[in-house]
Amino acid sequence: MNRCAVVGIGQTRHAQKRTDVSIAGLCREAALRALEDAELTFRDIDAVVLGKAPDMFEGIMMPELYLADALGAVGKPMIRVHTAGSVGGSTALVAAHLVQAGVRKRVLAVAFEKQSESDAMWALSPKLPFQPPLMAGAGGYFAPIIRAYMKRSGAPDEVGMLVAVKDRLNALKNPYAHLQMPDITLDTVRASPMLWDPIRYLETCPSSDGACAVVLTDEDGGRRAARKPAWLWGAAMRSEPTMFSGRNLVDPRAGRDCAADLYAQAGITNPRQEIDVAELYVPFSWFEPMWLENLGFAEQNQGWRLTADGVTALDGDLPINPSGGVMSSNPIGASGLLRFAEAALQVRGLAGAHQVDGAKVAMGHAYGGGSQYFAMWIVGSEPR
Amino acid sequence: MSDGGADDKIEIVKGFIAPVRLRYTVNAGRASSRFLRGLTEGRILGQRCPVCHKVNVPPRGACPTCGVPTEEDVQLGEVGTVTTFCIININFDAKARELPYAAASIVLDGADTTLFHLIQEVPVAKVRMGMRVRAVWAAERGPSLESIDHFKPAGEPDAPYDSYKDHL
Amino acid sequence: MSARREVAIVSYAQTSFAPHTKLNDAELVMEAVTAALERAQLPRKQIGFCVSGSSDYLTGMPFSFVGALDAVGAWPPIQESHVEMDGAWALYEAWVRLLHGDIDTALVYAFGRSSLGDLQDVLVAQLDPYYLAPLGVDPNSLAALQARALLDTGRASERDFAEVATRCKRTAGGAPLDAPYVVSPLRAHDCPPVNDGAAAIVLAAGDRARALCKRPAWIRGIDHRIEAHSLGARDLTRSSSTTLAAVEAGVHTAPIEIAELHAPYSHQELIVKEALQLGDGVRINPSGGALAANPLMVAGLARIGEAAQQILDDNARRTLGHATSGPCLQQNLVCVMEASS
Ligand SMILES: [Zn+2]
Repeated sequence: MNRCAVVGIGQTRHAQKRTDVSIAGLCREAALRALEDAELTFRDIDAVVLGKAPDMFEGIMMPELYLADALGAVGKPMIRVHTAGSVGGSTALVAAHLVQAGVRKRVLAVAFEKQSESDAMWALSPKLPFQPPLMAGAGGYFAPIIRAYMKRSGAPDEVGMLVAVKDRLNALKNPYAHLQMPDITLDTVRASPMLWDPIRYLETCPSSDGACAVVLTDEDGGRRAARKPAWLWGAAMRSEPTMFSGRNLVDPRAGRDCAADLYAQAGITNPRQEIDVAELYVPFSWFEPMWLENLGFAEQNQGWRLTADGVTALDGDLPINPSGGVMSSNPIGASGLLRFAEAALQVRGLAGAHQVDGAKVAMGHAYGGGSQYFAMWIVGSEPR
Repeated sequence: MSDGGADDKIEIVKGFIAPVRLRYTVNAGRASSRFLRGLTEGRILGQRCPVCHKVNVPPRGACPTCGVPTEEDVQLGEVGTVTTFCIININFDAKARELPYAAASIVLDGADTTLFHLIQEVPVAKVRMGMRVRAVWAAERGPSLESIDHFKPAGEPDAPYDSYKDHL
Repeated sequence: MSARREVAIVSYAQTSFAPHTKLNDAELVMEAVTAALERAQLPRKQIGFCVSGSSDYLTGMPFSFVGALDAVGAWPPIQESHVEMDGAWALYEAWVRLLHGDIDTALVYAFGRSSLGDLQDVLVAQLDPYYLAPLGVDPNSLAALQARALLDTGRASERDFAEVATRCKRTAGGAPLDAPYVVSPLRAHDCPPVNDGAAAIVLAAGDRARALCKRPAWIRGIDHRIEAHSLGARDLTRSSSTTLAAVEAGVHTAPIEIAELHAPYSHQELIVKEALQLGDGVRINPSGGALAANPLMVAGLARIGEAAQQILDDNARRTLGHATSGPCLQQNLVCVMEASS
């Protein structure tokens, strides 16, 4: 397999409504920044991979067709990926596969969501007889899972609030982040409305318009990169069915297997010691401790202790989501790619105010569907 | 590079309404059709996998873990156990519901997968994991999960955690 | 670049492409996947990578590919991906993945039920959301624009369209030129039918392919290209992306015997054939092509499957499968297959 490097990264300013740009404009904002970072132009790109969550979020069927011109893909191969919420991560992986297979030298991966263009609740709620007669949103699906985790682990109620505050304070150091909440405290989180008990309003992610783009190259491109590249050490994806007997939604096996594959590729035997920083897909605050366990950073039922002890804070021993994470910006289709891109920014030393000092190995993580689709990568400051 | 800002001289168009109406005919398929017919008749039907023998409900015509077609219908009990739940304080539904309300994952007796449904006839604060609940049929039944109006407490002692911990 | 790993199609299967199925997505996929795996004698749990193609807009439901996963038996968890495109692009992704060398087999499937909505309305959602979709231009009208442009070049006549239709549709009485226009210059026989269906292909690499199959259809080249979306920005009478993909896929290094072209409208077969520079000796669409059955998201993968089947069945030594996507042949994929390695 060929080596692969991340040489360019770009993202938009994320906001609830980006009415100042079209969908193409939004994607170009991210893509042009990634190219600028790589000191490349569209002309240098061999293939474009586009990812986003359901087409109905914008009301456009297969938007890659309309976006071909804007993303400089005319005359080139263009692939459109959709793996539910993990799609941003899968987009990076499909792009990386092209380079790793030796099929393309320089690939542009772009992922976006612009929910303000349509009615996402409409898109998510077609009236179907075999679905339960209650619309409860994503929180209605994930709240019972969180309740099960709280019961199983005995974690104190405050853990979810700690994550909610930590990620929003991190977002203050990220100029692209949607939520900017300088005054957030445990008390404001505790006082926020209980939407889906046990999930409070401030323990959920926002809904954002936004896009992210990365430029991936082969080894030669990495060596000649304009700025320090991030090197791909491992890339893995796993899926499992939505509903089946004995399914563990708190600690899905697909996530465990995916991480095991990833660590084997990257030569990591002790993730807690060997990974310097991770960007995990945490759309509800409680998913931080749950994923810490699922990914092997903590023993079962112990993940919350890392959060409670400040280990996952920006100045902690294992910072999680220094960018502010999904809790601060959530353009759904792009959220996974943002995790992957932020991990790469860290090992490139280009994360700005939310840079983790000396980060050499970083993980990007995304999940989707009913906690059933997983995509992950590990990047390093040096080739492996 | 600009941050998406517009030329000062041009008044930027921030949006226009382009209504879309698409009509679809739902086609539930073989397994779901049998399940929906069952609901019309006041029966909850699952399907047993010929390989792992687990009973899936609602059935979708395939065992999701074995990847084989499922044919054998199994009538399930109307009583089950709340494995986990949440209490919803915001209205997502077109038809307004009295807030807050509880929605739960319920493993019916005889089934190996959970159904997601409403819990009523009990204060939300009393809903709990392990609670035994019974289906309450709607006055009018049709080929829809709405044929079950909600689940109510079955008046049985709670199920022990170990009995449902594999359904979380 | 080092020599690429050899990858072959070792089996193909499809459901019937009926005007309307009673099955749901998972049941359709189950039928196609089970048949393809049985033909390859490959147990489900030995599949190295799985990738599918479909579109939510056909079902009218978000995440419709998630339920279809039930047919695969994704347990223990599998390496799996999905493209919101025709399954031909899923096949491309699987081919790329197999080149890595760590896995030897892949399952590709596609499904689509075009009958659930009105395609003439649904496909409008595929157009530029600001400049085209609000106009509500239906796909037949867009194809008619393209057909008219082709007629105006003098490179084809309505009689040529009818000949393509007669060969593909094999309808009694042929394709009469006195039939009324659906949208001038296209008659009913020039337009695709509405179909539901699923198809599946098993891929294998190197010796694994030889072990699974007596006569694998080796993929000698595969490539795809996209053109500008705006109809005004391209020459509708040429398919430059097909030509480009054909060169990259090595179509012209040796003669093609059979070509399965994904041309939903009769005039599009002429355009694609010309773009591929296929000579008159090449048999085009013995399956009937998309004019005979056009399950969206499946029809492109089915072309590759049909072309591969000709090799698996020892009817040909070198074949070509083509897939298209988007209005007026905007995006095209070309796959060249050969019998021996
Ligand atoms: Zn089974």
